Amino acid sequence: MSTLKETLWDPVAGFGVTFRTMFKKPVTEQYPKEKRPTAPRFHGRHQLNRWPDGLEKCVGCELCAWACPADAIYVEGASNTEDERFSPGERYGRVYQINYLRCILCGLCIEACPTRALTMTNEYELADDNREDLIYEKSDLLAPLLPGMTEPPHEMLISDDHHDYYRGKTLPIVEADAPSDSGESR
Amino acid sequence: MTVTEPGATDVTPVELVTLTIDDVEVSVPKGTLVIRAAELIGTEIPRFCDHPLLEPVGACRQCLVEVPDAGNGRGMPKPQASCTLEVAPGMVVKTQVTSATADKAQRGNLEFLLANHPLDCPVCDKGGECPLQNQALSHGNGESRFIESKRLFAKPVNVSENVLLDRERCVLCQRCTRFSEEIAGDPFIALLERGAQQQIGIADGEPFHSYFSGNTIQICPVGALTSADYRFRSRPFDLVSVPSVAEHDACGAAIRVDHRRDKVMRRLAGDDPEVNEEWITDKDRFAFTWSTREDRLRTPLVRDPETGELQPMSWPGALAVAARGLAGTRAGVLTGGRLTLEDAYAYAKFARVALGTNDIDFRSRPVTDEETAFLTHYVAGTGRGVTYRDLDQAGTVVLVGLEPEDEAGTLFLRLRKAVKNGTRVIALASHLTRGLHKLDAELVTVAPGGEAEALAQLSLTGTDVVLAGERLGQVAGGLSAAADLARRSGARLAWVPRRAGDRGALDAGCLPTLFPGGRPVAEAEARADLAAAWGIDQLPDAKGRDTSGIVAALASGELTSAVVGGVELADLPDPAAARAALEAAGFVVSLEVRASDVSPYADVVLPVAPAVEKSGTFVTWEGRRRPFDTVLEVSGSLPDVRVLAGIAEELGAPLGIRTVAAARRELDELGAWDGARAPFEAQPAAVAAAPAGTVVLDTWKQLIDDGRLQDGADTYRLTARPARLKANAATLAAAGVEPGESARLSTERGAAEFIADVADLPDGVVWVPANSEGVNVRSVLAAGPGDPVTLQPVEWDVRTPESTISPSKRHTQREGAQREGGVTGDE
Repeated sequence: MSTLKETLWDPVAGFGVTFRTMFKKPVTEQYPKEKRPTAPRFHGRHQLNRWPDGLEKCVGCELCAWACPADAIYVEGASNTEDERFSPGERYGRVYQINYLRCILCGLCIEACPTRALTMTNEYELADDNREDLIYEKSDLLAPLLPGMTEPPHEMLISDDHHDYYRGKTLPIVEADAPSDSGESR
Repeated sequence: MTVTEPGATDVTPVELVTLTIDDVEVSVPKGTLVIRAAELIGTEIPRFCDHPLLEPVGACRQCLVEVPDAGNGRGMPKPQASCTLEVAPGMVVKTQVTSATADKAQRGNLEFLLANHPLDCPVCDKGGECPLQNQALSHGNGESRFIESKRLFAKPVNVSENVLLDRERCVLCQRCTRFSEEIAGDPFIALLERGAQQQIGIADGEPFHSYFSGNTIQICPVGALTSADYRFRSRPFDLVSVPSVAEHDACGAAIRVDHRRDKVMRRLAGDDPEVNEEWITDKDRFAFTWSTREDRLRTPLVRDPETGELQPMSWPGALAVAARGLAGTRAGVLTGGRLTLEDAYAYAKFARVALGTNDIDFRSRPVTDEETAFLTHYVAGTGRGVTYRDLDQAGTVVLVGLEPEDEAGTLFLRLRKAVKNGTRVIALASHLTRGLHKLDAELVTVAPGGEAEALAQLSLTGTDVVLAGERLGQVAGGLSAAADLARRSGARLAWVPRRAGDRGALDAGCLPTLFPGGRPVAEAEARADLAAAWGIDQLPDAKGRDTSGIVAALASGELTSAVVGGVELADLPDPAAARAALEAAGFVVSLEVRASDVSPYADVVLPVAPAVEKSGTFVTWEGRRRPFDTVLEVSGSLPDVRVLAGIAEELGAPLGIRTVAAARRELDELGAWDGARAPFEAQPAAVAAAPAGTVVLDTWKQLIDDGRLQDGADTYRLTARPARLKANAATLAAAGVEPGESARLSTERGAAEFIADVADLPDGVVWVPANSEGVNVRSVLAAGPGDPVTLQPVEWDVRTPESTISPSKRHTQREGAQREGGVTGDE
């Protein structure tokens, strides 16, 4: 047998929460109509960074792939040549793929990267309707070209000397040639 | 790492020395180095320059230990390099484990080495498998006190097309220079300059062209020497390593195949103290891309009777077509020399059981009855004979019909080691080659064909060894003389073939006079024994035809069909005649890895697996079995045994074996023949005088040449020795050829041009490489060692006949040859 309190008071008390909430500001986010910024250090989609002249920072060392606990990264290195230079040193990442079906966005790859080539953005919209498009290629991951940057391959525009290049000794950057020129030199 | 000590099998007791290392008493043989004595108690002293197969040098100073008592009651005042310090009775050694002094010395030295070593591990090919990286972590300080700029050099430098040198990374341990000088005998890489600028380098215009240069890459303890082919291809942690056996010669060198995503990335030397120690030839190391060329066959092809083109077909369909075509014909089987023991056994059984014939031969080269009889009597099924270790203990080794550096690289290195230990090498050859020079060989100059007479004049003792190369088989009376020499002197005789599958094919019975296990066809008892084992009523008892006989019988119509596996027509005694014979044959089944020059004549082309995609066993020239496992599992890539079993089943005569494992098991159960051996009748030596106006040709294949198993290894091929004609000054003068100028060698079949060099050949003899720079001597001239050819100067005003291959035309010729193949189909 239920008591009198259970029969009469408890149903009304239950609505107390509802009534109280009616006078509070709602917490519902109107995603995707309204997008709210993430926390500044949120682990989102990766980005492959560039040197100030547009050359890639990635040297294809595969340490990110080694560090990855989900085996989501695949890298193949290759040799830069005088005619076709993608990064300032001897080696660059010819193939760079991150499989976002596997990636758990833990950020161990970022910690492993010796050249700060790989960092994470705050972009979190990593959904698609097929598997293939979720394997991001190098072209998808490379940072956009900022003013003064030229799409590789091209020669080192900051300095010919490797050691000065990394120290940025001859900054500010010499304005890059028009892309058509570097195309011809190839 | 392991070492073979000379005379390790001797029962003479070794004098032991007792010393104390890290408070542990240990007894080791006299002369042992402290660094290795410490390994015995489980202490690894860090080291860079020390290598158990190289002489101690004490160059890197990393292995410093404290020696409180040198065995004479007095301590050493400073830490000592344990890699150059021999043990002494009563010696007390303290390594980094128990001594703070030793530990500090080692840490200090590592910091010192790293003062100039760039921290570019992420872009270095050695990163992840680097002794410097590992030991810096295990024995080094985390931080360096050096803040100055590091020493800079331009990088990388090509010391050869294969090997790249990064001088910034070098710690001057001299492993590479010591290897080149002590082991390979090619001291083309050395220390240059002094002080801070000291560096490894080569002389101007003298690249590091050694057949063994790849070993320096492997033993470099830092990333200073790297492989041009493997540069930036992958990292050690990507690779799956599988031990295997090299397929390029009959030496059976142990290798390690590293693959990534079903693609072989590189090959390294394996460690087998009984065979190749830790060294392999560049051919074993760099030539592995041949099996993945575009002309690789992936699906069976059957010739369409209407269009005459080869068309892809399913496996069951193609096997049925092959069986229908072979049924009721008189077939000959040519197996080539590259089969594994198990596959060769399948061919041998297929020929006898399914085709009912003894017309089977593994030799794709000129053959003689004398050689057939010699192999049947002396070699087949005899198990292990002379071994590599025996060479170390031999007093004298006689080389005849064999140029070890070109034809058996591992054997060459073992011989060179034996020579350093006091073995004498006598070579019967036309001239002192670079390889023979490095062996300190005493040259007995013989013109090709004269080996038999020279052998008859040698006298040896019971501790000596005669190594007869396969070229001796083409000399009338040559093998008889070698056998006679061994018999009358008590010396041991070994037959050294060129190809990996030759000895295995012989043991498996791919010879017209032999069944598996060395059972002679002529012995009724052996036939009955084998028929019982195979569960069949009767085996063919007629002596079969050899390679030449099969080709002739196909041409004349006595044989109407052929099963050809892995044969290069250009290797056969007369390539043009072989082409005509296959053209005339009614039905040709070709089992091939890649489309070959047999494919255009084949009615059915069945793709088979290369060694990397199957398991099997190679048998070395010693008779040692070298089993290996599948490296790459590729679906639809079948070994020869499976394909032949399929045809046999369609023919209604099943082999009873379908897998490599089953073939191996059956062959083992069969065992070797212990009954009477077929007799061997010695043949007299016969030197045919060269017709007037001609010279005698001497030729063999160089290690790095145009062989199909080296296709695709382009940087490696650039290190080949130049194709030069060699003759003495008198011979060149008699023919009117200036040294350094082009000379033309011709027969009635064709002509080829070479640059002439002067060498110490006998009068009237010329030497050219058999298959280099686009000239296949047998294809062009239809001539081999001992054959007469005409030597002429090249007169540039005369129009070059079409059939001549001149140096300028070679490039296009080679490209053309690669495009050929006559196969439509899978690509």
